[in-house]
Amino acid sequence: MAIKEFLTSRLPIKETLDILKRKEVPVHRFSPFYYLGGICLYLLMVQVVTGVLLLIYYSPSETEAYQSVKYIMTKVSFGWLIRSIHAWSANILMVALFLHLFSTFLLKAYRPPREFTWMTGILMFLTCLGLGFTGYLLPWNQLAYFATKVGTEIVAAVPFMGEVLKEFLRGGTNVTGVTLTRFFALHIWILPMMLAAIAGLHLILVQKHGMSRPLLEASKPKKSMPFFPHFLLRDLNVWLLVLAVLTILSFYFPTHLGEPADPLSPTPIGIKPEWYFLFTFQLLKLFPAHILGFEGEHIGIIGLGIVGVLVFLVPFLDKKSAKDERSPIFTFVGWFFIASIVGLTIWGVLD
Amino acid sequence: MEFDLKSPKIPEFQPENPARRSFLSTAISTVGLAFLGFVFYPVFKYLKQPLASGINVKSTVAAKISELPNDSGKIFRFGDAPAILIRTPEGQLKSFSAVCTHLDCTVQYVPGKRHIFCACHSGKYDLNGRVISGPPPRPLEEFKVYEEGEDIIVSRT
Repeated sequence: MAIKEFLTSRLPIKETLDILKRKEVPVHRFSPFYYLGGICLYLLMVQVVTGVLLLIYYSPSETEAYQSVKYIMTKVSFGWLIRSIHAWSANILMVALFLHLFSTFLLKAYRPPREFTWMTGILMFLTCLGLGFTGYLLPWNQLAYFATKVGTEIVAAVPFMGEVLKEFLRGGTNVTGVTLTRFFALHIWILPMMLAAIAGLHLILVQKHGMSRPLLEASKPKKSMPFFPHFLLRDLNVWLLVLAVLTILSFYFPTHLGEPADPLSPTPIGIKPEWYFLFTFQLLKLFPAHILGFEGEHIGIIGLGIVGVLVFLVPFLDKKSAKDERSPIFTFVGWFFIASIVGLTIWGVLD
Repeated sequence: MEFDLKSPKIPEFQPENPARRSFLSTAISTVGLAFLGFVFYPVFKYLKQPLASGINVKSTVAAKISELPNDSGKIFRFGDAPAILIRTPEGQLKSFSAVCTHLDCTVQYVPGKRHIFCACHSGKYDLNGRVISGPPPRPLEEFKVYEEGEDIIVSRT
């Protein structure tokens, strides 16, 4: 007890707990969706821990990257497990991010005063896509090499500054060891630091505004439970479940390493981007080579960019739900996006 | 909770049921500790030395015979540590671990002075590896040396 008093009189423990105890989590039929944000946070922590562990044996150079990953997979105790958990956790994180994003969208949780919570969420989603893209190259195998070639080539279709942007990403005209080291810097330091800063703001905003009660539930009696300890304990249970799923997947389906990257070999047949980029990839394929004298791909990239900006600004565009009214148009847009993304992804997998 | 079988006493019923509470908290902390063990065991194994490379090397080619004139020394890799090969002024071949027994520095042969010297704290060993002066607590480990064709082979005794 003396220790407890010593600590509480010196550290802001009581104040923090008071804030958490004051926070109420609404209870209604959509409440399970509140777990998604916590799952994303948990998977990010798993990524940081396993990522740091991989960093201990990984060597970011054109000549050694593949060998060092092979060493992790074959020589280091549990190296295969750590790497597989890192890869599986990345994939499940993308699933959780998509679900978190769309449940927030459909339940209109972006309504005032939570506009910035939504916008920081979109920025984190994009940062995670960047982490997925840069991390994919690091094992320096055939798939990684060619996926990065194609991925950075798509950037070249950005109007006016595409070529500059592409060469900036690649560190030259081609994907080489220079690309590898800059992707490494992006993957282990630059993007994670950005993510940590944005996530910090996101979490402070969630604390400040609390969880949003959906419009659909507005007319019903308001039930809720305290965040601490009631909801937090449920969160922890979900996290344990996620860890179990991660471990089972990593054990039965460990990540492959493939063949080392060979810039002088033809691109492997059936090469595809990671599934979370697949819908964009399929969408860009839909555009014809030329539209009204412009290159089809340029139009596609501009279109995607405009959609991205609109999604980012949705809290300010959805005037109806801002006034706490039903806004069926945005609900329809949400379901339309879900259907398109699922449809394009399935098509991409079967293609 | 223990019961005396000869004079059984039914424990007094307490509304808070401390036995159940302490059982639950013991069970939860035991399971929790086991869980942490399961999580940290792979992490610990992962961080430990992954492969004892070179520790079991029994012998190695230390030098070519022509490389080493009288009154000279050469440091070579033996397993994962440096070792030293010396040809004395009389032409005799000697080999020791080059790791100073004081604080792990690498020793060197000093031509003309007939001793092995450690630059870190001025430890000196004679040509049998015994300490002449300075802080080293033990002599250098000596290895067997023999010639095989063009090569000088060093092996653990």
